Amino acid sequence: MTAVQATVEEFSQGAESGNAGGQYLTFMLAGEEYGIEILKVQEIKGWSSATPIPNTPEHVLGVLNLRGAVVPIVDLRKRFELESIEYCETTVVIVVKMQQSDQERTVGLVVDAVADVYRLESSDIQPPPDMGTAVHTEFVRGLATVNEKMVILLDVNHLIDFETVGPVGENSAEQCAAQAADH
Amino acid sequence: MKQRVLAVDDSASIRSLVNYVLGRAGFEVVLAEDGQEALDYAQQNTVDIVLTDINMPNLDGIGLIKGLRELPTYKYVPLLVLTTESGTDKKMEGKAAGATGWIVKPFDPVQLVSTVEKVLA
Amino acid sequence: MSIDVNMAEIAQLFIEESLEGLDIMESGLLNLDLGAADPETMNSIFRAAHSIKGGGATFGFTEISEFAHHVETLLDEMRQGQRAVTREGVDLMLQSVDCIREMIAGLADGTIDTTRSAELEVELAKMLGEVEPAVSLQDEVLTASSGGSAPNDPQTVEHRVWAIRFEPLPKIFKSCNDPLRMFRELQSLGDLEVHAQGVDELDFEQLDPEECHLNWTLEFQGKVSREQLEEIFAWVLDECELSIEPLALEAEIDADDLKRTDRVPAESPEPVAKVSVPKAVSKKPAVKSVVSTHENTSIRVNIDKVDALINLVGELVITQSMLSRFSGDFDFTQLEGLREGLNQLSRNTRDIQESVLGIRMLPMSFAFSRFPRLVRDTGHALGKKVELRLVGENTELDKTVLEKIGDPLVHLVRNSLDHGLETPEQRVAAGKPETGVLELNAYHEGGNIVIEVIDDGAGINKDKVLSKARESGLVGPDEQLSDEQINNLIFRAGFSTVDQVSDLSGRGVGMDVVRRNISDLGGNVSLTSESGVGSKFTIRLPLTLAILDGQLVRVGKESYIISLVSIVETIQTSAEKVSEIAGQSEVFRLRDEYLPILRLHDLFDVPADSDEIADGLLVVAEANGQRVGIFVDDLQEQQQVVIKSLEANFRQMQGISGATILGDGRIALILDVQGLIQMFHEKTGQVPVLPAVTA
Repeated sequence: MTAVQATVEEFSQGAESGNAGGQYLTFMLAGEEYGIEILKVQEIKGWSSATPIPNTPEHVLGVLNLRGAVVPIVDLRKRFELESIEYCETTVVIVVKMQQSDQERTVGLVVDAVADVYRLESSDIQPPPDMGTAVHTEFVRGLATVNEKMVILLDVNHLIDFETVGPVGENSAEQCAAQAADH
Repeated sequence: MKQRVLAVDDSASIRSLVNYVLGRAGFEVVLAEDGQEALDYAQQNTVDIVLTDINMPNLDGIGLIKGLRELPTYKYVPLLVLTTESGTDKKMEGKAAGATGWIVKPFDPVQLVSTVEKVLA
Repeated sequence: MSIDVNMAEIAQLFIEESLEGLDIMESGLLNLDLGAADPETMNSIFRAAHSIKGGGATFGFTEISEFAHHVETLLDEMRQGQRAVTREGVDLMLQSVDCIREMIAGLADGTIDTTRSAELEVELAKMLGEVEPAVSLQDEVLTASSGGSAPNDPQTVEHRVWAIRFEPLPKIFKSCNDPLRMFRELQSLGDLEVHAQGVDELDFEQLDPEECHLNWTLEFQGKVSREQLEEIFAWVLDECELSIEPLALEAEIDADDLKRTDRVPAESPEPVAKVSVPKAVSKKPAVKSVVSTHENTSIRVNIDKVDALINLVGELVITQSMLSRFSGDFDFTQLEGLREGLNQLSRNTRDIQESVLGIRMLPMSFAFSRFPRLVRDTGHALGKKVELRLVGENTELDKTVLEKIGDPLVHLVRNSLDHGLETPEQRVAAGKPETGVLELNAYHEGGNIVIEVIDDGAGINKDKVLSKARESGLVGPDEQLSDEQINNLIFRAGFSTVDQVSDLSGRGVGMDVVRRNISDLGGNVSLTSESGVGSKFTIRLPLTLAILDGQLVRVGKESYIISLVSIVETIQTSAEKVSEIAGQSEVFRLRDEYLPILRLHDLFDVPADSDEIADGLLVVAEANGQRVGIFVDDLQEQQQVVIKSLEANFRQMQGISGATILGDGRIALILDVQGLIQMFHEKTGQVPVLPAVTA
């Protein structure tokens, strides 16, 4: 078995059990270090302003042209309801692949800065602590300690719920029809 | 060198069947959609054997056979009629026009190859 | 040789080809002049049936092949002039076409229902004047000869010695038959001894080398049947004297007897194989599924278009190599060359874009082809006489648009037949010719295609429409409507003027669905009508779904694109012409209409330059029969844009139909006017109503 295969298999096995070993790209967000599986990362690019999409939550900054593809850009600080800061030189967009049901989407995540790449064994990763319902942890895959520092590992696939990011035409069409019928 | 077969049929599925079967048997297959296209090709090129359908638009198989036999280069090229016309009339009409023989559709691939190989032996 | 996957593909080709053949048969049959059938049309109909029969047998679709055989027999008699082309005959042929279509559709899921074909076979047999159905194909082929070699009946095969007398005619070489081939073939089956006769008589001075001057006596020993031996000589029976006798018997040699036997038995026809056809991936019902397979699998492109594209790519390569010169050391003296190269590149790009779009373009005839049959059958059913005129069949439009416009067109045509055209009696009474005219006309206009459905019928009965609309509450009792607005009523949901629900257009989808379908394609439909003279539906569609002629509009810092098709006009108005209804929604007066004002900055919650109506512009846009004034800060340029999906990486958004990338690399959103109008109504809580007419 080659090394690459090993990584992929460990990764996919880990993905099922919830705490995957493998390589992680980490980035900084409000002083904390977060990690995402490196296999999910397509590219890292500098920040440039996006075209806003009306009637979407604040964390959806808009869409960017990524070599001809229309790619949504999400501000992770806003997504995590952290304090917003001015974008600066270190601000980057990490372009990731998100798999939700049958659809794979390419999405850009705006973060403060890229930090490092670590190789983590699944034994290094602990499940996220139960924080009660007050804190959204559905996208936290686990916690790891690297060089005495905590890294929060994210589940990229669950970072954004595309069902709730904006009203969709069809539902409202039905509502409209219902209204018309009531009349 | 591969032996070259000119296969003429207005039906694309029969053409690709002949192409596929004879191609796999090691022949170089040239396809034409009707008699006129085949005759135009034959005026510029030589082949080792011609397989032709009878019922075709523009120029039918009988016309093609007559036309081919008038070409000096096709005087002694075997011309086989590939046809669903199982009646004797059509076969004899083909023969009278100068056809060598016939293969009746439906044919099976083995038979098609063996017949062509026999004629070219 | 084994049968493999490729055979299934070839069989798929047979299916596609048969469907095309059936279309040819159908349109040919519909165009036949009873009594004076055009021989070329007759031949093409016959050939199509013939190919289906032959291919069906070859690919092992026996049911189809056998049925097609009966059809072919009847067609052959008509073609040869042995049988008159009657209405009954044509009707039966048309039913047979439908039947074969169903059988082919059945192939996709592996079940061929022969109930209908069996019924029709009886009809065909009756017409052919036979009590029993015509000789089945199997029987017929059984009597046919083929060049096979496998023994068919083991009982007749015994090891014995045969004496063969073979006297070819001198001309045998002319058909390129070489006695040597037959001898070799015999040799491959057993032991052969060849004795040539006539060698001594040869006069080499006078000899014609193109003729055969010899004859042979052969002694063959092997385990073969007489039939197998006869088969070897089958091709030359007309060019030789042949006798084949078992040596053990002292039989009289009677070559004539053999010659009379022109029914040379052969092995039973073994079709290539039962080939399973890949199932159509479709949720539609069976009959439709084959059509959709046909649609999805491939597109036929005229070779000229491909050649043109290849030429353009060739030019692109030249431009590329020209530009690559600049990639090394560039100095500013080369600027002019670079500029020229870039110009050329943009020309190439535009040409290739057009050419590639052209590949997806198909002639309108693909959508029109079903109408002769439909009009004929519907006319029959309604007892109306109709002449169908198709104009502009070669007008091209995008394949996807073409596929999607089919159903709305069918609906409009049915509507015209049902409600538009009158019965012959009514027409005569109105002083019109008995036969009504229905015209389908397609043409290009700007970047759009226009399709008209025109009838010379009674026209819209405006009073009836209006009273119906009042009854159903669509229009208030005192509301006055313009002619245009009355015509528009028939596109409203829940509207139907048919007192009795007819089998045709009165049931199922209404005209509102037609309008919505056309609207979904980015187009619109309108109706003009004159009482007693006729009606005309006009459909306007973009030529392609991939590209849109757009108008860039600006709101604050954002640019949006509105499809030019949906823009009626753009006006600047002043605050005096705007009134507010119940403090909720604003309307402005445009000639004799009041139109709602849709403030884009409000709907999208983006900052605008100004809130003042007079500072900006109102883009009057129409969707689904409703007009609104979209308030924007400014108009920017018009340009063709390539439509990109927002759903691919994000999701569908109300009021936005997609996105595009502008020349500077930024993304602009394309507005969906219909969706915007809905959003607007939701926001203002207003139910869409027809704008009132000023008194």
